Amino acid sequence: MAVIASDRGRRAARAGFFYRPEVRQAIYQIITVVALVALFYILITNTAANLKRQNIASGFGFIDRTAGFDVSQHLIDFDASMTYGRAFLVGLLNTLLVAGLGIVLATVIGFTVGISRLSTNWLVARLATVYVEVIRNVPVLLQLFFWYFAVLKSLPEPRQGSYAIPGGGFLNVRGLYLPAPVPEPGFGTVALAVLIGVVVSIAVYYFARRRQMLTGQRFPVLWTSLALIVLAPLGVFIALGQPLGFDYPVFRGFNFQGGMVLQPEFVALLLGLSIYTASFIAEIVRSGIQGVSKGQKEAALSIGLSKGQSLRLVVIPQAMRIIIPPLTSQFLNLTKNSSLGVAIAYPDLVSIWSGTVLNQTGQAVEVILVTMGVYLSLSLLTSAFMNWFNSRMALVER
Amino acid sequence: MKRIGKLTIAGAVALIGTAGVASAQTKTLDTVKSRGSLTCGVNIGLAGFSQPDDKGNWTGLDVDYCKAIAAAVLGDATKVKYVPTTAKERFTALQSGEIDVLIRNTTWTTARDSSLGLIFAGVNYYDGQGFMVKKALGVKTAKELNGATVCVQTGTTTELNLADYFKANKMTYKPVVFEKLDETVQAYLAGRCDVYTTDQSGLYSIRVQQPKPDDHVVLPEIISKEPLGPSVRQGDDQWLTVVKWVHYALLNAEEAGITQANVGEMLNSTNPEVKRILGKDGELGKGIGLGNDFVVNVVKAVGNYGELFERNVGTGSRLNIARGLNNLWNKGGIQYAPPLR
Repeated sequence: MAVIASDRGRRAARAGFFYRPEVRQAIYQIITVVALVALFYILITNTAANLKRQNIASGFGFIDRTAGFDVSQHLIDFDASMTYGRAFLVGLLNTLLVAGLGIVLATVIGFTVGISRLSTNWLVARLATVYVEVIRNVPVLLQLFFWYFAVLKSLPEPRQGSYAIPGGGFLNVRGLYLPAPVPEPGFGTVALAVLIGVVVSIAVYYFARRRQMLTGQRFPVLWTSLALIVLAPLGVFIALGQPLGFDYPVFRGFNFQGGMVLQPEFVALLLGLSIYTASFIAEIVRSGIQGVSKGQKEAALSIGLSKGQSLRLVVIPQAMRIIIPPLTSQFLNLTKNSSLGVAIAYPDLVSIWSGTVLNQTGQAVEVILVTMGVYLSLSLLTSAFMNWFNSRMALVER
Repeated sequence: MKRIGKLTIAGAVALIGTAGVASAQTKTLDTVKSRGSLTCGVNIGLAGFSQPDDKGNWTGLDVDYCKAIAAAVLGDATKVKYVPTTAKERFTALQSGEIDVLIRNTTWTTARDSSLGLIFAGVNYYDGQGFMVKKALGVKTAKELNGATVCVQTGTTTELNLADYFKANKMTYKPVVFEKLDETVQAYLAGRCDVYTTDQSGLYSIRVQQPKPDDHVVLPEIISKEPLGPSVRQGDDQWLTVVKWVHYALLNAEEAGITQANVGEMLNSTNPEVKRILGKDGELGKGIGLGNDFVVNVVKAVGNYGELFERNVGTGSRLNIARGLNNLWNKGGIQYAPPLR
């Protein structure tokens, strides 16, 4: 037997280089890679050649051209004399703003509703169920239209008299106008106090954890942090003589001028997206909590923890393992759904860049590629962060 | 591994094969004739220009132009497929070949004639941009609009002209930019903005559709030139000539007094100009690629330009817009067509 096998081996070795399996695998893989590269090359050159033949402009030179249009909400300075590149940044910042705030708000609402659905209070549980079932099953665009048009129409026009908000604010169909804080000299110290408070709170958190590991005693981190971040700077603020002025909105001509304004487009998009995504997050949270074995909750109760404490300290940390991966998907969904803002006049990236700029320059290929690249990067960043968070939350089994 | 390797190679080669074939220059006229129908890009719904009724039949000035081209090329004005497009996607639809011709109240500008790879075939409606406000605001002229909130559609010349006008007059404004016409109008009606701006024909069209049209007033200022017309892809001269001369045919028919009603008896006319236009004399359509009697088919289908205008946006319609600039050159307007000979 051994003789025949070695005979076979010797015959194969003598037969040649190309009969060896590793060599053949390598060759097939190289051919596939070359074929793929060739395919992409042909696609790209074909597209470029077609664009040239049809006399459609190509290249990214248009980024430096003057925009010629204005944007209603811009976190950085922008007017019609600035470039398309700057308009892109404005749109990107608007998308990040609504996506970031939306994720935070959706998580808060989602966790609340998810836990409420498991409540022993019959009314609370049923209300949460109704919320989830109704919101999940209505398309998100319709919900955005509802928030924008149905809610909007009920607000008064500025000339018909706006609702006055105590403190100098006004609410009407053009938005929520609030007095804008204008920092006076001395406010820098207050900001510094807040920063110091944040740093010290983080230190307190780690100190408290170490102390708990060593002695088992719990330290009221939350209250200490609040005191450090809110009360201490407040004291500094008052001590320095309240260095903060206010710019009040005043009605002139057609609209309120001055102050800061929350536009109805932004509020409608934020509320619509958060409430919609929260209904999905609620179900994820519920499934996570129900995925923790019942013995954990009973054991927690048996050692004297209250129901709230057992939920907070025992069940939810274990449920996070189940919750975080689908939660990441929902965050990505929210970020991508923010592109629906164009339907309700919110100037996000898609509205400004893939809408107005695409139309003015006609360069669909470049604009859409950039948009896809931006959303891909945002999604990859979000999921990378959530994966890191997940790995930290992972329970190390012994 | 061997089998997977072979499949991968085979798949890659097939893909390369199809991708490597560069698309040849297609002649749109031949495509339309062999397909047997014209694919026409129109507005999703603008009263007077292109709007579907409750049975799904399309009517309007731009729609009638689609019918005229179909009548000229295919002899049958019903062989049209209407593709509704928004302001955002109209050019991409034409560039990509999804539609044969774009007749969608689109303004003729340098950028659109050049870097978009399109070319305009004429002006079927001379228009200008205006403003509409609620009468209750008591505004009489556009110069009083400093600080106003303005509703506008994205990606239009309207957006750019608005910025230019306010800057030139040293006024400020707050834009609220929507994608679709309906949403823009809804926001204006709900009071989200003080002013709605678009081409004057669009303003009249929207105003007449409101339950109380007198609550809205169109301000007198026209702040831009908006020559609206059909456009086709660049590089297809034959198709451009076809679309151009259908438009000129409509104008020449009105000049010669040929109407939808009398085209039958006009066929027996002895007037040399009429005989030439209707194809009884000479070989009118041959060079363009159409039948010699293409004008007869066009006028039978939609009438001449004047009838088309009055029926859709003029005295025969709810919009009641005067001919104004859109009248013939010898009647006080600027519609002028080269002679059909």
